[in-house]
Amino acid sequence: MEKTQEAVLETIYQKCTANGDNIITALQQMQNEFGYVQEEAVNWYAERTNIPASRFYGVVTFYAQFHLQPRGKNIITVCQGTVCHVKGATRIIEKIREDIKLKEGQKTTKDMKFTLETVNCVGACSIAPVVIVNEKVFGKQSPTKIAQNLKPYKE
Amino acid sequence: MNSEITVNVCLGTGGIAAGADMVMEAFRQEFESAGVKNASVQEHCKLHKVGCRGFCARDVLVDVTKGDNTWTYQYIQPEMVKRIVKDHVVDDKPITEWLVGDDYHTFHDNQTKIILADLGKIDPESIEEYLGVGGYTAAKKALTEMSPVEVIETMKKSGLRGRGGAGFPTGLKWSFCAANQADERYIICNADEGDPGAFMDRSVIEGNPHAVLEGMIIGAYAIGATHGYVYIRAEYPLAVNRLYIALDHAREKGFLGKKLFGTSFDFDIKVKLGAGAFVCGEETALIASIEGERGMPRAKPPFPANKGLWGKPTIINNVETLANIPPIINKGAEWFASIGSEKSKGTKVIALTGKIRNTGLIEIPMGTPLKDIIFNIGGGIEGDKLFKAVQTGGPSGGCIPQQHIDLPVDYEGLKSVGSMMGSGGMVVLDETDCMVNISKFFLEFTQSESCGKCVPCRIGTKRLLEILTRITEGNGKKGDIELLQTLAEDVRDSSLCGLGMSAPNPVISTIKYFRHEYEAHINHKKCPAKVCNKLLTFFIREDMCVGCGMCAKACSVSAITGEKKKPHHIDSSVCIKCGSCFDACKFSAVLKE
Repeated sequence: MEKTQEAVLETIYQKCTANGDNIITALQQMQNEFGYVQEEAVNWYAERTNIPASRFYGVVTFYAQFHLQPRGKNIITVCQGTVCHVKGATRIIEKIREDIKLKEGQKTTKDMKFTLETVNCVGACSIAPVVIVNEKVFGKQSPTKIAQNLKPYKE
Repeated sequence: MNSEITVNVCLGTGGIAAGADMVMEAFRQEFESAGVKNASVQEHCKLHKVGCRGFCARDVLVDVTKGDNTWTYQYIQPEMVKRIVKDHVVDDKPITEWLVGDDYHTFHDNQTKIILADLGKIDPESIEEYLGVGGYTAAKKALTEMSPVEVIETMKKSGLRGRGGAGFPTGLKWSFCAANQADERYIICNADEGDPGAFMDRSVIEGNPHAVLEGMIIGAYAIGATHGYVYIRAEYPLAVNRLYIALDHAREKGFLGKKLFGTSFDFDIKVKLGAGAFVCGEETALIASIEGERGMPRAKPPFPANKGLWGKPTIINNVETLANIPPIINKGAEWFASIGSEKSKGTKVIALTGKIRNTGLIEIPMGTPLKDIIFNIGGGIEGDKLFKAVQTGGPSGGCIPQQHIDLPVDYEGLKSVGSMMGSGGMVVLDETDCMVNISKFFLEFTQSESCGKCVPCRIGTKRLLEILTRITEGNGKKGDIELLQTLAEDVRDSSLCGLGMSAPNPVISTIKYFRHEYEAHINHKKCPAKVCNKLLTFFIREDMCVGCGMCAKACSVSAITGEKKKPHHIDSSVCIKCGSCFDACKFSAVLKE
């Protein structure tokens, strides 16, 4: 493991110990720093805290927020709330998969440009269907509109 | 130009998604540039960000207040700001064509606002403004003039019931917790709002976070807790941010920390970010999550009020429940009990969404007929289609059909028709929605959110989903409806926690009221609402087709052929029924049947 990475983990460890934070908070901070939960980071942290790595793994796989794989440069999040569903979220997801050429079962494109994810509800039901690209919210989407909106991110 | 001018911009998540922060910025710039020419503009104009005012369908909403008069503008975009500043703010001529119409007032006039009263009026990031509307006077009154027992008795008398879904009396819950001998007790605010189609709690925290904190202080005093937690979804960044700001401000003012309001009572609050698990809305699962474990529920009893966080007596209250507490302390239990229906007191905040004209956040007295909510406040069905059903209570609730449209909306009313209050999401469905598909949608949700601890929920929801999937794909078998019903009842009766117990509700209620739709899917392989693609045939109407070729381009299996500028044709033997051509056609020439 690189020295810088170790330093980051040590900072997280110190902060979490001082605050009495649990392993969920520690993992959230690791993910914030590295973009996803790296196996080597967990192993390092498990040794430092003397908590079995399996407990970290148990937590990571339980909560939807954690990612065990690196994610793409642009994160496309499609809302799958009830309203977005009845207003056509499924067709939007299909269109995005086709548009960014995502194969069955894949979440991230080969060139690491896009990751497609879904979220249970962002609570912006009045502008459903909603797609969020990185931080930007696109409301009232359709398969055609989202394809247009994704264009600038492809460059 | 002598009177004070205030411009309020709605900056809830809905508002921001519609571009409210850009509108805000545009006002700031316009004020500056107009201020060069007219010094009084800059001096006398206050730009103000406020929380959600409910009517999200008309975002971005902007209020311009001059003296005692307020004008509300709807659908405002950044490029419209220049004219508002020039015509209205400087020249005093309101732009009538951009103002809200009568329906805006109908929307608000039919509501009773306790929780939402200050949302959209005060700046959620300023404690001074909350103090200005009487904030923290209830906490002061409770701590300095009332004993903990008196606070609990007031809650009992008010008839307040938990707004998270189950509707357990709040005062009673507090008294159970207070009765325990313990060296430490905890109060937790459950802001892990996970129901799809629900955003009440988020809006309350975004629009008036101090009300929730004040409720927690009073609750903590009543049960004798010195530590509190707010467990909130990490997917709500704006709410989390405003919560942190509110906590800092409250600490600065001495409303949190040591010796509150000059008494010997100490109390402080920590924020815990949920990591995205629906089941953590369940009390024991939420506690496990705060303890840093996988959020899996355990069998009850012991209830958290006796044995909760770190094994200590713990009270978990929903955001809306807590926000109700300060007004009850200030105005009295009798006042609160005078609102609502016989067994459900007070008001309920509802996220009204779906195929309805006025989507948004509303607050109604308990017992308000469903019809009034949908047709008066909601303004009826979008696009003048026919009402089919209203889905309440999220994935744990059911669908209520036309025949029960007069139903009073309270805990008992909704339960009597096989649905539930849940946290208060209400999704209106019209004739173009397929009830089998809706049922499958909710099962997909509960199946993937099931924690897997108990067998009935883990395997039962999976089997229910499999059966529903085959029905929507045209492979339904005779006897499937009965199988669904038996299985649904088994899962409901034998699951460990609320998630499993209520997961079959969407299936049971849709079969009860829309059995004919299931039968059409199974026996005739037809989807009456034309939603389940696998049961549809796509074709092109020759008289409507202009031969633009868009559908052929969209088709991934080359099932569409035709010459340019001549009607195209779909080869049904090649078609995979994906619906791409239907989406691509701009002339409504692609039909499905």
